[in-house]
Amino acid sequence: MSPLVSFRQVSARIGQKDILDNISLDVEVGETLVLLGRSGSGKTTALKMVNGLLLPSAGEVSIEGLSTTAWDLIRLRRRIGYVIQDTGLFPHFTVAANVGLVPRLEGWAVRDIEARVEYLLSQIGLPSAQFATRYPRELSGGQRQRVGVARALAADPPMLLMDEPFGALDPVTRVELQQQFLDLRHKLGKTALLVTHDVREALLLGTRIGVLHNGRLVFLGGRSEFLKAHEEEVRAFHTCLEEKWRDTI
Amino acid sequence: MEGHNLMSSGLGQEILDLTFEHLYLVSLSMGIAAAVAVPVGILLTRRAFLQRWVLGFANVMQTVPSLALFGFLIPLPFLGGIGTHTAIVALALYALLPILRNTLTGILNVDPAVRESAIAMGMTGRQLLWEVELPLATRTILAGLRIATVTTIGTATIAAAIGGGGLGVFIFRGLASVDTTLLLAGAIPAALIAVAADRGLEWVEEKLSPV
Repeated sequence: MSPLVSFRQVSARIGQKDILDNISLDVEVGETLVLLGRSGSGKTTALKMVNGLLLPSAGEVSIEGLSTTAWDLIRLRRRIGYVIQDTGLFPHFTVAANVGLVPRLEGWAVRDIEARVEYLLSQIGLPSAQFATRYPRELSGGQRQRVGVARALAADPPMLLMDEPFGALDPVTRVELQQQFLDLRHKLGKTALLVTHDVREALLLGTRIGVLHNGRLVFLGGRSEFLKAHEEEVRAFHTCLEEKWRDTI
Repeated sequence: MEGHNLMSSGLGQEILDLTFEHLYLVSLSMGIAAAVAVPVGILLTRRAFLQRWVLGFANVMQTVPSLALFGFLIPLPFLGGIGTHTAIVALALYALLPILRNTLTGILNVDPAVRESAIAMGMTGRQLLWEVELPLATRTILAGLRIATVTTIGTATIAAAIGGGGLGVFIFRGLASVDTTLLLAGAIPAALIAVAADRGLEWVEEKLSPV
């Protein structure tokens, strides 16, 4: 099967600075590829190239075999769920309106939207009867982030992009949401590209891990390869791990 | 003073007439200013390079002393001359800046994460504007309208200097004849309209703001 997303020698230059330098990687259907890197490593830039929020200055990013420069970007974006750290929920929309947004933009019938919203809210543990009419300001950080995930899944996109989705949460809520993400992935079988600076999150959620350093992809491989890798930047991340992980190195 | 007794139907009727004239001046100039400044403010959020020039123009308009601005307009063809329409043009020019600046600020202050997620979810430029940016900027835009309206109610009293009518007629007449009653006959209704407009628009602001 051809990859869902394909980066071919992609570079990004903003002003005089190279943000991404000659990146090539594929995201296969059904996998969760985690891009791990420090702040400023270029991981968010790479993520934004998938839904055309940014375009490469050299090379090509293809989705389902078609370059992002050839896609109708509105259509492309509605086929890709997007979750960010600050959730980006619309403060003037209720939970139901936030979750039902993309289906509405896509012209779904009202009844179908309502059914979809109810299903997704139940999946993320926020019963519709209790939460549908609330506004984002009436939710906790963890609940808002769950709504963000539900909104990203609303039009049943084949792929999710997640930029530090659990970064702003307290540790307990973060672990709960990470677990919920694994359950949802198992149930819904979505492909995901997730960006984080948290090596434990990368090992927990990633089926493969790519490590970015100063705009370059310095490692790409599975979890066990990651734990055995000797690249300097990967080793820097190894030192962040607790003993239980380090024992496996 | 007997002739100026507020109970006398002549003066009472005149106060009423000039109050309506004043309201007409203010509402028409505010309508024109809003119809120009809100769309231009939106355009400026899309064309950042124009911001300096357009805001600069509006700023300059604001700094010209109001009486002088009325005077400058008199010799101009079409826009100028003596009478109501010149006053309306001048008042509209004055009201531009607060509305323009608040429209721009209101839209630019929308949380970048909200704007980015709207784009990332596949909203078109028009959907982003109408469903996200304008609703979230409503409070700030209305605050600009309120400031402009209250200021315009005061400034409109100068319209009488160029034959524009309104409550300023009493004030100029009172000044010329050193008659406090006439001054008050112009100033009090103008102040009351300003307070009422301020309160009323504040209420609208509360009602229409989505968050």
